[in-house]
Amino acid sequence: MAAVISISGVSKSYATGFQALQLVNLDIEKGEIFALLGPNGAGKTTLINIVCGIVTASSGRVTADGHDIVHEYRAARSIIGLVPQELSTDAFETVWATVSFSRGLFGRAPNPQFIESLLRDLSLLDKRNSKIMTLSGGMKRRVMIAKALSHEPQILFLDEPTAGVDVELRRDMWSLVRGLRDRGVTIILTTHYIEEAEEMADRIGVINKGNLMLVEDKRQLMKKLGKKQLTLHLQTPLLEIPEALKSWELELRSDGQDLVYTADGAGSIDISMLLKRLGELSIVIKDLQTHQSSLEDIFVNLVSERA
Amino acid sequence: MSNTAAPAAFNRHGVWAIYKFEVARALRTLVQSLVTPVITTSLYFVVFGAAIGSRLAAPGGVSYGAFIVPGLIMLALFTESLSNASFGIYFPKFTGTIYELLSAPVSYVEIVIAYVGAAASKSIVLGLIILATASLFVPIKILHPVWMVAFLLMTAATFSLFGFIIGIWAKGFEQLQFIPMLVITPLTFLGGAFYSIDMLPQAWRTFSLFNPIVYLISGFRWSFYGAADVSVGISMAMTVGFFLTCLALVAWIFKTGYRLKN
Repeated sequence: MAAVISISGVSKSYATGFQALQLVNLDIEKGEIFALLGPNGAGKTTLINIVCGIVTASSGRVTADGHDIVHEYRAARSIIGLVPQELSTDAFETVWATVSFSRGLFGRAPNPQFIESLLRDLSLLDKRNSKIMTLSGGMKRRVMIAKALSHEPQILFLDEPTAGVDVELRRDMWSLVRGLRDRGVTIILTTHYIEEAEEMADRIGVINKGNLMLVEDKRQLMKKLGKKQLTLHLQTPLLEIPEALKSWELELRSDGQDLVYTADGAGSIDISMLLKRLGELSIVIKDLQTHQSSLEDIFVNLVSERA
Repeated sequence: MSNTAAPAAFNRHGVWAIYKFEVARALRTLVQSLVTPVITTSLYFVVFGAAIGSRLAAPGGVSYGAFIVPGLIMLALFTESLSNASFGIYFPKFTGTIYELLSAPVSYVEIVIAYVGAAASKSIVLGLIILATASLFVPIKILHPVWMVAFLLMTAATFSLFGFIIGIWAKGFEQLQFIPMLVITPLTFLGGAFYSIDMLPQAWRTFSLFNPIVYLISGFRWSFYGAADVSVGISMAMTVGFFLTCLALVAWIFKTGYRLKN
């Protein structure tokens, strides 16, 4: 697939000497949902702000749909929408006025029908004449999204879209993002809710201390780094793993109380085979539990290993 | 979503959006924007024009009340252009909504045209309202209307540009007020808004010639009554010079991203 955003060799050091990004290379593919994961201060927002023109990169080059973001900023910026992390709104403006303003600012002719349908999609239509300061936090977040979509961008950046958002709105946000993707919009979101990346993303990039540590298809990542574990709690502790079970990846834990079977990646565990074999050996099982590592486990491992 | 059209060389929708937004802000605060300066000006007339002015000799054959009209309009133009333009660009920096401006496909020239244009428009309207208010108190004649309009436009544009620079420079509301309060207001009062610098002792007269405001007020008054402290050519040259200086500063700000971008 074609890269719709191409970031090559981008670094950023601030006047204070703080190195926010170190030689980041990243291609975002057209039509995908890309999640940028990383702890606070990792450089996620700096990277987004560079692509959107808010921060100037110290080195490197970025193109959006083939347009250089510095030399062809008009072409590049008119296809990009940004929902920043902070809820920065014009408190005294109405929802309608602020969304129409954004559309104009991004060079598009007025289109009240489009704004109306956009507000309807975001459940904001009945608030169109309300001043933004009278809206709840969740509603303000929707207004920010409406502003970012007002000029019908092909690429949408969502910087921490669900930070401080209740469960219902988070679900709404997810379905909105999927809807946009179905219409061909490329979405780049940052989050530190791993659950969110796991739920939404096609590909995942992990960034820490200004370094893009890995970029991987979500399923591949889960497969490669994820683990499946089956823990069997035994009636009688075992001193050692019986010879007949040596071919399995087994280990004893909790003084022989637990027999733990680990399968790397998405490899399925042939539980019935294992249980049958245990039965033959008259090993009685009290209880069992399975655990599949989440993206969160993977992420924590990665960040702590390579930090 | 569809968006295949190449962006225009000039983002007129963007300029218009900012301009409209800024004018709407003034309309929202109509009392503050228009009524307050009109009341203030009327008070000047009552105090200086009627109460004190009636006891003063008419400078250059013009009644004192009429004499101060151009100075009062200039005073309003200076302060309103400065405060409108500085607030207009400072406020998005303060609230954080500046992100949108920085990420939009608008050029620096377009941003300046929109913000400075809106601020200048507002102060020109205000200047005309003050002129209309003044004409209720004293008889006014405008001998050189073309020059009068030229000075009005240039001064509004120049001080709006200057205000825009202050708005970008300011790190807080205190700094936003600093230059208008501590520099412009004293210079205006000492710049011949209420007197002809001919009335001053020689030493103060010479000193006044270092005050750029003197040239602006003198030229503007000349366009009304044909009498000036300094030649109108020099006045216009000073106005244009000040305008170009501000323009150069704005160009530098955008080139370096000074206090706008990291």
